[in-house]
Amino acid sequence: MNSKLTDRFSTVMLTTALFIVAFMYLFPILWLLLSSLKPGSELFSYPLTILPETPTVDGYAYSWSTMQFIKYFINTLIVAVITTLLTVIASATCGFALAKYNYKWLNVFLICMLATTMLPTEVIMTPTFSVILELGLYDSLSGLIIPSINTATGIFMFRQYFMTVPNDLLESARIDGAHEGKIFFQLMLPIAKPVVITLAIFSFQWRWNDYIWPLIVLSDPNKYTVQIALRSLIGADNIDWVLLLSSSIISLVPMIIIFIVFQRYIMDTGATSGLKG
Amino acid sequence: MKDTNKKWAFIFIAANLVLFLVFFAWPAILGVYYSLTEYNGNVATFIGLENYINLFQDSSFYKAMSRTFLYTLIGVPFVYVTSLFVSVMLTSKHTKGKNVAKVIFFFPWLVSPIVVGVLWRWMFGESFGFVNYMIQLIGGDPIPWSSNGNFAFLVVLFATAWGGTAFNMLIFMGALISIPKSLYEAADVDGGSGWQKFLHITLPSIRSTSFLVILLAVFNLMKEFPMVQSLTNGGPGTDTTFIVQYIYETGFDQMKVGYASAASMVLFVILLVFSLIQFKFAKGGRVDE
Repeated sequence: MNSKLTDRFSTVMLTTALFIVAFMYLFPILWLLLSSLKPGSELFSYPLTILPETPTVDGYAYSWSTMQFIKYFINTLIVAVITTLLTVIASATCGFALAKYNYKWLNVFLICMLATTMLPTEVIMTPTFSVILELGLYDSLSGLIIPSINTATGIFMFRQYFMTVPNDLLESARIDGAHEGKIFFQLMLPIAKPVVITLAIFSFQWRWNDYIWPLIVLSDPNKYTVQIALRSLIGADNIDWVLLLSSSIISLVPMIIIFIVFQRYIMDTGATSGLKG
Repeated sequence: MKDTNKKWAFIFIAANLVLFLVFFAWPAILGVYYSLTEYNGNVATFIGLENYINLFQDSSFYKAMSRTFLYTLIGVPFVYVTSLFVSVMLTSKHTKGKNVAKVIFFFPWLVSPIVVGVLWRWMFGESFGFVNYMIQLIGGDPIPWSSNGNFAFLVVLFATAWGGTAFNMLIFMGALISIPKSLYEAADVDGGSGWQKFLHITLPSIRSTSFLVILLAVFNLMKEFPMVQSLTNGGPGTDTTFIVQYIYETGFDQMKVGYASAASMVLFVILLVFSLIQFKFAKGGRVDE
């Protein structure tokens, strides 16, 4: 009885504590959202009010007409979708080869891929820029897409997964006369669906929020991705907060939609949680 | 048969192999070479180790580097404690409404580093920010969050912890859930307090996961760039300029490519050491879990 009472007491206390902390985590974004609904005159008027006194979506209309969001969204979407598609295919095939074939040179390649996690893009950004220039990829969306396809994280995710698939399954398909390509696309890739989905979500998030590559590769504002477009607002001498606040919120919308649609998969990624790509 | 497999294995890795050579191996070699030259984007003149010698006498490099270390040193425990705390709360049998809370704590993962910067800049505005307003409401003086280097540094740390929780939470929660319940039940019989259970059961059980989280955090904090750029733009002055921003500025704004490459190589060596530690422990972690 006594212990039951303490149990209930600690449940109430801990749950309260949990939601206080949760509210603190949510508050900055909530504050941004509420602020974006205030008219410009109210943004800097003291005393501050939590809720907008005269809520308005003028900020959004202003930001939508000033910033060419459709253009930025399309650019970012092209980059994110194409890169994700290619990343999944390249990582799956490569992970499969590393898991299921036994050649020395494959092990050497595995070590090379490990090395890419040791030497992050940030460290070789200046020489990589020279390579981008030489290949004529400067100021083009393909300059964002092509180098981003290679991710060690994706390859390792597939490798680990395919290692758990019994070899007998492959052997019996081989006996039935299927060639390796067919085995991969008709047998292995469908089994690896959970990894495909997880990596696709990760990759989309990486590319949607990517900053360093677009910053280096792009110069034409017509090719800006969402993050670079936002950056151009922050870099201004006098920040137009009305514009920046509503633009920031608009930039989150696609990720929120992805989250709502794939919530189940995103929240269950405990097994594959790990590195950045 | 065996030979066709070899051909297929090669086809399967071909795309990644080419990308690896073109966008990783080649730039890495080029980077080593550039670091030994004076290169402004047009002509590279070989100057040996001069860049490195200059770097170590360059007070702004030195400051950026030591600031990055300090940031990592304070930031890692900050990120670790906050994410572990949240994860423990989210897996405790004593909390209700976990699914709702999980979504809330997960939210920062959706927010790009640029927007994280905007968010905290807005919260901590000196004359119009919410935080200073609250401080004034309770009778305090407004704090110069962006014009005083130490305070700006603190805001960067808050933003780091906020932005880093979701990712670490995913890693921690997997480990916390897999701790056998029987361990806690045995402790209950012995009358252990919640804190004792955390110290003697939870922490030791997630030791290898903790290593992973800490090392990944070291890695990410050492490379911090986008979030800080939109939060403080490295300022006031250069008080929150970290090493990657330093490399970016010297390489792309001042076009001192050789010099920036040398700085990159120094960063690389540091990250390499952490990576080697990480791989050593990551392997150990997999064995005992």
